[in-house]
Amino acid sequence: MKIETKKITVLALFSAVAIIFSYIEAILPPIWSAIPGIKVGLSNIVTVALLYKFSLKEAAIVAFIRIIIIALLFGNVMTLIYSIAGFVLSVTIMAILKRTSLFSTVGVSIAGGVFHNLGQIIVAMILLQTKEIGYYMIVLAITGTVAGILIGIAGNLMLKYSNKLRI
Amino acid sequence: MLKSDSLKKVKNDLILVCVILSLSLVGFIIFKLTMKDGNLVSVSINGDEKYKYSITDNLETDIITGDDDENTNTLVIKDGEVYIKSANCPDKICVGHRPISKDGETIVCLPHKIVVSVTEEK
Repeated sequence: MKIETKKITVLALFSAVAIIFSYIEAILPPIWSAIPGIKVGLSNIVTVALLYKFSLKEAAIVAFIRIIIIALLFGNVMTLIYSIAGFVLSVTIMAILKRTSLFSTVGVSIAGGVFHNLGQIIVAMILLQTKEIGYYMIVLAITGTVAGILIGIAGNLMLKYSNKLRI
Repeated sequence: MLKSDSLKKVKNDLILVCVILSLSLVGFIIFKLTMKDGNLVSVSINGDEKYKYSITDNLETDIITGDDDENTNTLVIKDGEVYIKSANCPDKICVGHRPISKDGETIVCLPHKIVVSVTEEK
């Protein structure tokens, strides 16, 4: 029971951090206005850290809570669909790659970043009924890789300091 | 043991990055090779198609938008290519865009809500 209580508190804490990251990113100006959708995805730092700290279950729960709350506060149904598609694909690929033990945290995070973009592109292709959008994936694969590297390094740091603080 | 293990992971990470980058390069090449020439230039303002030109036209025209006609983008069609020669929008991304000529290519001016696209029409 005691362990459960602690875990609930810790996950709530990480959820709060993830929501704040999402909020910060929402109020920052876009990185490159010519191509929409390029983001670092700061809140994925929490997803990566939790995936390694606990497991897929905890990482997915916290990410899901974050997506729902952010959508309720700032988004709409459309942004919610995009977020969920990106989240499902990226969390799935990260969990699979983590299980193979072939890649470091950064490698897993890179795959997560690229698949997050892939999920959103697929949704965009379905919703907008235009396959031309698929060509954006070329750019988004590269930006997803860069974002994945940054998120992986930051996730490692978050893991290290949360362990140090015995959270 | 632990050190060589993490070194191996970094190596795998690099392989992963190379695979992703080469896949997008292959995608880019396929995309470039399968693109067909378009023959129609359409200009949409605010999502509504406003003007249509043939890509074989040689013309230079001002697209005027805005509530008080304050926005100008100068569209040029020349030698089967389309580009924006000048504009008074703040970011000038449309002016910086390379000339387009293939089916499905677009030039977008977000501040003025203009989309110039080349399409193929039989």
